[in-house]
Amino acid sequence: MSSAAGTATLDGLRRSRRGRAAWLAVVLLGLALACILSVSLGTRDVGWADIVAGVSGTTETMAQAVVAVRVPRTVLAALAGAALGLAGAVMQGVTRNPLADPGILGVNAGAAMAVVIGMAWFGMQSLDAFLWTAILGAGIAACFVYAVGSLGRGGATPLKLALAGAATSIASASFTVAIILPRNDIAGGVRSWQIGGVGGASFDAILPCLPFLAVGLVLCLLSARSLNLLALGDEAAAGLGAQVAWARAAAALGAVLLCGATTAICGPIGFVGLVVPHMCRLLVGVDHRWLLPFSALTGGILLIVADVIGRIIARPSEMDVGIVTAFVGAPVFIWIVRQRRVRDL
Amino acid sequence: MSAVEHSDTTAWIGTLRAARSRGRLRLVAIMSALVVLGVLATLMTGPTLTTPGQLLRIFSGHDVPGASFAVTELRLPRATLSVLTGMSFGLGGVIFQTLLRNPLASPDIIGISAGASAAAVFAIVILGWSGAAVSVTAVIAGLGIALLIYLLAWRDRVSGARLILVGIGLAAMLDSLIAYVLSRAPSWTLQDALRWLTGSVNGATLDEALPLMLALLVLGGLLLARRGNLEAMRLGDDTAAALGVPLARDKVIAVMAAVGLIAVATAVSGPIAFVAFLSGPIAKRIAGPGRSPLIPAALVGALLVLIGDYTGQHLLAGRFPVGVVTGALGAPYLIYLIIRSNRTGRET
Repeated sequence: MSSAAGTATLDGLRRSRRGRAAWLAVVLLGLALACILSVSLGTRDVGWADIVAGVSGTTETMAQAVVAVRVPRTVLAALAGAALGLAGAVMQGVTRNPLADPGILGVNAGAAMAVVIGMAWFGMQSLDAFLWTAILGAGIAACFVYAVGSLGRGGATPLKLALAGAATSIASASFTVAIILPRNDIAGGVRSWQIGGVGGASFDAILPCLPFLAVGLVLCLLSARSLNLLALGDEAAAGLGAQVAWARAAAALGAVLLCGATTAICGPIGFVGLVVPHMCRLLVGVDHRWLLPFSALTGGILLIVADVIGRIIARPSEMDVGIVTAFVGAPVFIWIVRQRRVRDL
Repeated sequence: MSAVEHSDTTAWIGTLRAARSRGRLRLVAIMSALVVLGVLATLMTGPTLTTPGQLLRIFSGHDVPGASFAVTELRLPRATLSVLTGMSFGLGGVIFQTLLRNPLASPDIIGISAGASAAAVFAIVILGWSGAAVSVTAVIAGLGIALLIYLLAWRDRVSGARLILVGIGLAAMLDSLIAYVLSRAPSWTLQDALRWLTGSVNGATLDEALPLMLALLVLGGLLLARRGNLEAMRLGDDTAAALGVPLARDKVIAVMAAVGLIAVATAVSGPIAFVAFLSGPIAKRIAGPGRSPLIPAALVGALLVLIGDYTGQHLLAGRFPVGVVTGALGAPYLIYLIIRSNRTGRET
C-alpha cells in the first residue's frame, strides 16, 4: 500500500503545473456556472431580468423574491459542499482509507444526535449552541468509530471502519428517534433538518458558522504537507520529520470542525466527502496541496448541482439535497469498492 | 497406548458428548422458558394487570369482562408477532454472520433489511397495498437486493469484505429512498413513519402473523436441517469443502432462506433495529463455542423483541416502538466489543 502510494505521489508530483492551472480554471468556471444555474432554476421559472434584479436585492415581483431566496441557498450549498468535500479529503488522508466520508463513518450522525439532544433536553434554540454541540458530537463520533474500527488484527481497515460507522449511525439514529418521539413539539423540525437540506437558508443563519468553517478550513489546508508525508506510511513520515500524532490530530480536528458546522446548519449530508476527493484525484493527482483546495471547490459545485437537481426532479415540490447526494454517491462508493483489491479492504 | 486406556478415553469422550448435548438441551429449555415468561408478561401487563388465573379463563373460552378484549385482540397478537419476528431476525442474522464470518455483517447493516423496507414502504405508501402483497413485495425486493449486492461484489470471485462494503453503500441509498418516500406521503404520521425506520409491533393483528409463521416453519426448518453444514462453513470455505459440504448449493440455500426470513419479518414489523445484529453474538456467547448457534439465536431474537417491546411500552416514560429500544442496545454492544478486544487482543 505505502509503496503504491509512494509511486502515485511521485506520479502526481510529475503532473505539470500548467495542467493543474487549467483544471483550476475549469473548476472555477464550473462553480460560477453552478451558481448561475442554482439562482435561475427551480420550482418557479424566472426570466433573466428578474434574476439580475433579484440578485441585486430587489424583491418587488414574485419572481424577483424567489431569486432573492435562492441566493443565500446557493451560498450555503457552496459552503457546505466545500466543507464536506475538504473534510472528506482530509479524512481519507488521515485514515489512509479510500472509503472515509463523514457520512459513512457516522460522524454526521453523531453531530445530528448531539444537536437533537441539545434541542430536546437543554432547550437549545440558537444556532450558536447548535454549532458547538454538533462539533462536539462529531468529534465524539469520530473518536468512537475510529476506536471500534481499529479493533483487532490489521488496525483500521476500510472494511472495519465502514462497518463501525454504519453500526454507529444506526445506533445514534435510534437514540435520536427515542429522544424526539415523545416530543411532538420538536419532531417536525428535527425530521426535516435530519434528511439534510439547504432549502431554508438565510444569511443570518450562515453568518455564525463562518468562523468555525474558517478555522476548519485553515487547519485542513495547513495539514496538506503533513498529509502528503502520512501517505507514505507512519514510519516513513516520522523519518521525514513529521510529528505523526500531532499532524493527524490537527487534520482530524479541522475535518471535525467542518463536518460539525455543516451538519449544524444543513443536517447530515452524506457522500459528498467521499465522491469529491476521488474525482479530484483523477484531475490533479494525490498531492494534498492541490487535492485539498480542489476538493473544496468541487464539493461546492457538487452540492449546488445536487440541490438544483433536487429542485427540478420532484417538481412542483423539492427533493432534499441529502437524498440526491446519496443517489449520486452510493454508486461511486460501490465503484471504488470494486476497484480495490481484496487485500486492501 | 494400551487397549484399556483407549477404551477409557472413548468412554470419557462419550460421557463428555452426552454431557454436552444435555447441557445444550438444558440451555434451549431455559431460553424457551424465558421466552414463555416474556410472552406471559406481555399478555398480563397493560393499563390494568391481568392475573394468570384470568388469562387461563380467557384462553379456555370464558369471557372475562374488561380483560378478554385487551388480551385476545391487543396483547396476544403483539406477543405472537414479537416472538415470530424476533426468531426470524435472529435466525436470519446469525446465518449472515456465519457465512460472512464477521459479527458486524448482519442483514440490517449490509442492506437486506433496507431493501425489504424500501419495497414495503413503497408498496404501502405509493401503491396503497396491504397484507400478503406487501410481504411478497418485500421478499422479492430483499432477494433482488441480495442478488444485486452479490453481482456488484463479483470480480473474479466474491469476497466477503467487498460484499459487506457494497451492501453498506446500497443500504445508504435505500435509506435515502425510504426517507424520500415517507416525506412524499403527507398523511403519513410520524408514528407510522417511524415504524418503517426503526420497527415496531404496534397495532399487530394475528392475520399478519400467518405468513411469518409459515416462513419460519419452512425456511427455519430448512436452515436447521442444514446446520451441520453451516457449522462446517464457519471454519472457512476450504475446510468446509474438504469436509464434503456442497458449498455452492448450501450457500445459496442458506442465503435465500435467511433473506426470506428477514424480508417477511420486515414487511410485518418494519426493520426492528439491531435484533439481527445482536442475536448471533449473544447466542454464541451463551451457547459457547463448537455448538450450532441457530436455535439459541432465534430464541435470543425473540427475547430481545419481547423485552424491547415490554421496555418500550411499560418501563420507560412515554411509549417507544421496540426498534428504538433494541437500536439503542447496539451502542453498548459496540463499546463492549472495544473493551473485550482491548482486554484479549482478539480479532473482532
